[in-house]
Amino acid sequence: MDLFKRYIPVFFLLAAVVTIQLVTQYTETTYYLTQLTMSAYYSVVVIGLCVLMGYGGQISLGHAGFFAIGGYLAGVLTTHNLMPFMDHGLVVFLDKIGLLVDSKSLYGEALLTVQPWGACIIAVLTAGVIALAIGGPILKLKGHYLAMATLGFGIIIFRIALASTYFGEADGISEVPGFKLFPGLEVSGNFVARVSNYYIAWGMVVVAVVLLLNLIHSRVGRALRSIHGAEEAANAMGVNTARYKLYIFVLSAVFAAIAGVFVTHYNGGIGPSEAGVMKSVRYVAIVAVGGMANIWGALIMGIVLNFLSLRGVFGSYDDAVFGVILVIIMLFAPEGILKINPWQKIKSLLALYRTQDKEESAIEN
Amino acid sequence: MALLEIQNLNRHFGGLHALNSVSFGVEQGMIKAVIGPNGAGKTTLFNLIAGNLPANSGTIYFNETKINGRKPYQIARLGLSRTYQNIKLFHGMTALENVMLGRHIRSKAGFMAGMLNLPWTWPEERLIRDKGMEYLDLLGVADCADIEISNLSFGQQRGVEFARALATEPTLLLLDEPAAGLNIYETAEIGRLITKIRESGVTILLVEHDMSLVMDISDEIVVLSFGEKIAEDLPHNIQQNEEVIRVYLGDDG
Repeated sequence: MDLFKRYIPVFFLLAAVVTIQLVTQYTETTYYLTQLTMSAYYSVVVIGLCVLMGYGGQISLGHAGFFAIGGYLAGVLTTHNLMPFMDHGLVVFLDKIGLLVDSKSLYGEALLTVQPWGACIIAVLTAGVIALAIGGPILKLKGHYLAMATLGFGIIIFRIALASTYFGEADGISEVPGFKLFPGLEVSGNFVARVSNYYIAWGMVVVAVVLLLNLIHSRVGRALRSIHGAEEAANAMGVNTARYKLYIFVLSAVFAAIAGVFVTHYNGGIGPSEAGVMKSVRYVAIVAVGGMANIWGALIMGIVLNFLSLRGVFGSYDDAVFGVILVIIMLFAPEGILKINPWQKIKSLLALYRTQDKEESAIEN
Repeated sequence: MALLEIQNLNRHFGGLHALNSVSFGVEQGMIKAVIGPNGAGKTTLFNLIAGNLPANSGTIYFNETKINGRKPYQIARLGLSRTYQNIKLFHGMTALENVMLGRHIRSKAGFMAGMLNLPWTWPEERLIRDKGMEYLDLLGVADCADIEISNLSFGQQRGVEFARALATEPTLLLLDEPAAGLNIYETAEIGRLITKIRESGVTILLVEHDMSLVMDISDEIVVLSFGEKIAEDLPHNIQQNEEVIRVYLGDDG
């Protein structure tokens, strides 16, 4: 029964996904699907971060870093020509286990690159291992200190992406090939594959949402929420709080990395802006708007705000808008905008104003 | 050896000796109280036993296992549970969920099993829920089960915290001022409850300021003053102990 209640919104989500696709088809506005696809991938980052922040109570201002690790590694591995290193032991090994593919570049040059599935696995594992390695020490920090440490991590990844010729410096990586998930189903920005890509992205969102919903309602999920609620007491009840914090940090990093891999294949490339600090702030802002401990809120806001941003509604003030959103939410709706009761809010503001007035006049008298 | 055996325990904060060579034991099945004026080192003692603070020297044995140096969650898994003076419940969770967390160490579904909602975790999850309700019921707060914890009254919160501690099925329960902030009826109720818990086989060590409660329910009392143990005896002997009267009422008392 509980399970049924948990999954009802998932069915609504599926219905909405299909409806939107059909509507765009009939109204011949399928160009919206491109932004909806990208929004879906970004939302995977957002809901992963939502579980870390809202349920685990740990902040990360470095999630764009994990997204970029996934995206950049997938991009580099599937485009970087390994021909010159043919005889290197590692390349031979990768070839032996079938992770390499031969192809031709635009200029007819023979290319030897890592096959997308292999690149995806390597990229996501790397992000996971990095999260595991840095999570151990930095998750000992709390509040502002944790925020700063993760911010530092994000900046490091950003600067590496920007400075390394291997990662294409300011240009990033381009000409990333499509990612054939199965024969006939490819993640790519190819015009004809628009609809199938829309469903791939949304399929991923649905899977991610179901996994996370299960998690937060499980024994481990309760342990995570207890850390958020009162860490000392959680420890005293036998919860290995350090380990659970690390688990959820790694999980959310892996979600970000997977999204990064798919976006890179979808866009055919990735640039350093994806690793930027403002991207991390944006993810945090969206989680906050959605209401922190609210996967559905984060998902809805992730879709809406990313969609508007990708449509260019905010123009060149894009990053500024997300900054402003974060400030406003923190001030007026710390529980997210889905929980606001506007009338209640106005009344309480008025009441506050009146009492201040009275206090002031009392002081004057 | 007693269930909980404390030997020459020392803890100082800078120049302040919070605990100075304190030793005592808590026998299986008894209710033992630790009393003393403010700043006597009672809370420090609890923090050392529960593993929240390291001792400077001395040893603590629980169930014949040396527990100092272990992390709080490791000590909890050995069968020690506690409540706090200023209630520490998990905000953002319902009363039932709080108590269900108490079953954490008695269940084992892991990260992957939870994420995939594997069917073998379902009976366990149901058992956790049933046990949680059972303990809420025992504490008389079953009707609060689905209410978020910050919406409960102080007394109800105390009940939920007790239920959570009991849900871990401890062999030793540390109670840090269980009657703090309760009125005399609620205090009497807590007293009856503590006796009932002891009858179910749980050993209890409590810190409490309410003397009538302490005298009523304890089998033995340890008195601390400025970090030193000044007496350890039966309740009626403690009441007549001159040293104890002196530290409580002052020299001219």
